[in-house]
Amino acid sequence: MKITTGGVCEPGTSLTNKTGGWRTFKPVYDYDKCIKCKLCELLCPDMAVLPREDGYFQFDYDYCKGCGICANECPKAAINMVLEEK
Amino acid sequence: MVTKGKLEMEKMVVVEGSYAVAHAVKVCRPNVISAYPITPQTHIVEGLSQFIADGEIQNCEYINVESEFSALSALVGSSAVGARCYSATTSQGLELMHEVLFNVSGMRMPIVMTVVNRAVSAPINIWNDHQDAISQRDTGWIQLYAEDLQEAADMTAQAFKIAEDEEVLMPVMVCMDGFILSHVYEPVVLLEQELTDEYLPTYKPLNILDPKKPMSFGTLADPNYYTEFRYLQQKAMENALKKIEDAANEFYDMFGRYYGGLTDKYQTGDADIILVAMGSIVGTIKDTIDKLRQKGVKVGLLKVRSFRPFPAEAIKEAIKDAKVVAVLDKNISLGLNEGALFTEIKSCLYNTENRVPVVGYMIGHGGRDIRMSTIENIISEAQEVMESGIRKESQFTDVREEIL
Repeated sequence: MKITTGGVCEPGTSLTNKTGGWRTFKPVYDYDKCIKCKLCELLCPDMAVLPREDGYFQFDYDYCKGCGICANECPKAAINMVLEEK
Repeated sequence: MVTKGKLEMEKMVVVEGSYAVAHAVKVCRPNVISAYPITPQTHIVEGLSQFIADGEIQNCEYINVESEFSALSALVGSSAVGARCYSATTSQGLELMHEVLFNVSGMRMPIVMTVVNRAVSAPINIWNDHQDAISQRDTGWIQLYAEDLQEAADMTAQAFKIAEDEEVLMPVMVCMDGFILSHVYEPVVLLEQELTDEYLPTYKPLNILDPKKPMSFGTLADPNYYTEFRYLQQKAMENALKKIEDAANEFYDMFGRYYGGLTDKYQTGDADIILVAMGSIVGTIKDTIDKLRQKGVKVGLLKVRSFRPFPAEAIKEAIKDAKVVAVLDKNISLGLNEGALFTEIKSCLYNTENRVPVVGYMIGHGGRDIRMSTIENIISEAQEVMESGIRKESQFTDVREEIL
């Protein structure tokens, strides 16, 4: 992305900044335990929990920073934080 | 000051320096003014609010605020919507703006602000020196220093022209000495509205904050981008070097008055000793030079109008034949024992062939009177440096040892 004078830009350019790269631990669903309560989607500070058509959710790893709030709050312990290995 | 033809005496009126500046701001047709009163700046904003109350500035909003921090912050928003913005402050007020100064420059907003130079607390002191503005050296504002009332007024129009140039787009501080210029009455030519309109076209912002076409201002730049923003600010400063000269030349063509571009020279042609200074002290130095020239002392003056961008090339050229250079600073970098202008002039010579001795004098702190006798002493010490080398590189001037 080219920069502009004074950094003025079109709205939405934060999408190009893929903050998923900051992650140390990544959240992984255990769909056998998930009860589709949506708490993870509600509490995610980065809108990185995306709804699926079947009512379950999936993570948007481009923007998930691995903060672990979802795993901490999940009432069924259906989210595991796994060490990111690249 | 150089004038084209004769000074237009019939156009001159005796006004206070603050009025001359307020009037200059008025004819520049600002859209938003926001300022907080502080001595010795108050008369400027008082004058402007009076103009607005009297309906003399059309299409202009005066925003009352509770602090200098808010004054400049209000202008950040105003500049973003495309307004021509003005403020004025001094001393503690300027220091309170410190954080916002960086934002204005980083967001490339061509705001013009008069800094009526005053000492900083503690101890409390309302009189003139340059510590306030010099302490904001690295905030990315262009800093111009005026010698007299006429220059302070004329420089205001030049400042808008420089700031709003699309190759610059940087904010400008017009620095004028507190009381010595702000509160003195002197004959000046007030800027003519028609000429100023011709000199200063309507501001055309690159981008404006508009709900119909949303844009993000003041965005984040991560480590992959931040360096390039700093680089572009530096480039804009370099572009300003030429634009400051252009603005002064164009002003001369149109209004017939000229005070130098980045710098101005007085009797430097054959001078062995060259003094370097900024602001109103320049007048006292010129008088002293006139006196000593009659006695055959080859002394001249280099007046620095632009402290930022720093005109290194112009300075090197001006002092290339001098045998000694004495720099007078109304500020000090505590712990270095040097004034800023002295440090920077020394530094710009280091990688050159010119080994001229440079000595520094810190002078006039907190409004201490600078007399011709003090300047004469400095010149006679400079003569000693010329004959026998530097004994003291940088020193305080007129310290009252008896009260220590």
